[in-house]
Amino acid sequence: MTTDNFTQSQWYAIGRLPDFDGVAQKPVRLLSRDLTVSHEAGDLSVKDAEGHSLLTQVRYGHLWTSLSDRPRPLYDMPEFDEPGRRLVTAGGVGVRCSGLRCVENFLDMAHFPFVHTDILGVEEHSSVESYDVNMDAEQDEIWATKCKFFQPMASAAASGGQMTEYKYRVPHPYSTILYKTCPIQEDVWDLVGLFIQPVEEDECIVHSFILVFDDENTDTGLLHFQQNIFLQDRMILENQVPRKLPLDPRWELPTRADASSIAYRRWLKANELQWGVALFNEAA
Amino acid sequence: MKLFDYVLSGNCYKIRLLLDFLELSHEKQAVDFFPGREHKSDAFLQINPLGQIPVLEDDGAYIRDAQAILVYLASRYDPTGTWWPINDPSELGRVAQWLAFADSITSTASAARLHDVLGYDLDVAQARAGAHKLFRVLDDHLANQELQGFNWIAGSNPTVADIACFPYVALAGDGGIELFYYPAIQRWIRRFVKLPRFKLMPGINIFD
Ligand SMILES: N[C@@H](CCC(=O)N[C@@H](CS)C(=O)NCC(=O)O)C(=O)O
Ligand SMILES: [Fe+2]
Repeated sequence: MTTDNFTQSQWYAIGRLPDFDGVAQKPVRLLSRDLTVSHEAGDLSVKDAEGHSLLTQVRYGHLWTSLSDRPRPLYDMPEFDEPGRRLVTAGGVGVRCSGLRCVENFLDMAHFPFVHTDILGVEEHSSVESYDVNMDAEQDEIWATKCKFFQPMASAAASGGQMTEYKYRVPHPYSTILYKTCPIQEDVWDLVGLFIQPVEEDECIVHSFILVFDDENTDTGLLHFQQNIFLQDRMILENQVPRKLPLDPRWELPTRADASSIAYRRWLKANELQWGVALFNEAA
Repeated sequence: MKLFDYVLSGNCYKIRLLLDFLELSHEKQAVDFFPGREHKSDAFLQINPLGQIPVLEDDGAYIRDAQAILVYLASRYDPTGTWWPINDPSELGRVAQWLAFADSITSTASAARLHDVLGYDLDVAQARAGAHKLFRVLDDHLANQELQGFNWIAGSNPTVADIACFPYVALAGDGGIELFYYPAIQRWIRRFVKLPRFKLMPGINIFD
């Protein structure tokens, strides 16, 4: 399958900046293509297999590139410029499924009590209350707001259970960010996000980050918290069939009926995204 | 007592399991194994010149190697003397034999997992093939033990040999290694997770 325009025209994170320290050349794979990152005199550049230079930028602690000459602008996260926040980048984790599936799982609060038991949810409080989903037409992105969930340990800084309020943002087919009530400071949100590098249609590398107010934990403590949670998701993600995202309505799968997932799928369809989507007749 | 620990490490998990089984109070120092490679930093190489975790600090001394730490903790702090059965030489010999086997599981099944999860550059086909050979041996052994009425690797009680073999067998799926063909291993995993004070680690599939 050749990449569709929507997929092709995005920026993709391909590693944290320190991942390229001390290496002259590093192979990376993006959208079923082999690319090479070169590190010369402190400058990072990316070439495709034919030797053409690709656009690059450094943002949000990561190196980004695009297969397009005129990519859609990378979305803004003004929180990265706020003083007092701590950024922890968790490194790329390989997952054998479409990156689109990772976004969908991230949006789904219903899995907290069963996948992140006693951390992000408890089985006694497993119902998801209704929340709002809106399209921001100007930015062409999805926002789910007023999401509420009872969490025994909402973050590394939490000292007990709390009703956590969430907002979810999907500004890119392969990125999603959640904003959750900060357990130690009022009126601010902690951010947790995924920058997904689609490797193949059914394989990806998930670069995650947290950007939080926390004056108790070490960076490594925050890292362990985040990686532990993501590895819980990884096992669930790898057990999903088919590995690509089933968008075709003919799938008789018990696909998730929650509002943010419906909005995400509708948005992908409206943008005519095809790469990474399971076709009904190539059933797994 | 302090454990230099990494959440996603199966070798550190061995020590976390025994510390919990024996209810030993301890602190953990989080090591940024990935992506930071802190275990290869100058400061950490002072603690373990091999640049590996886990390391345990107790009474001012450092001990490295998961199997060595298990032996140390069990001999020093297990009042029942069952985890490291010091009074039964033939059982002890079997336990030591499977401790060595556990290290080969690390170099195969754990390597495949490092490749698939954390992107390590290594020959994953070879790592998986090596793991399958070992799992065949372990599955046959466990099936034989069951026939003789033994639920555990070295006999009728769980020992440090079970703890040493458990993590990278149970986490094999993370590295694309199916446990489907090893029914005795699956039954042993189901028994292991029912041990009192057992804690699950992400990536473990319980087959129930
Ligand atoms: N024989 C050692 C092996 C430990 C080991 O392989 N640890 C891994 C992490 S789980 C490690 O530190 N690897 C880094 C390296 O070997 O360079 C043990 O059982 O503790
Ligand atoms: Fe999750």
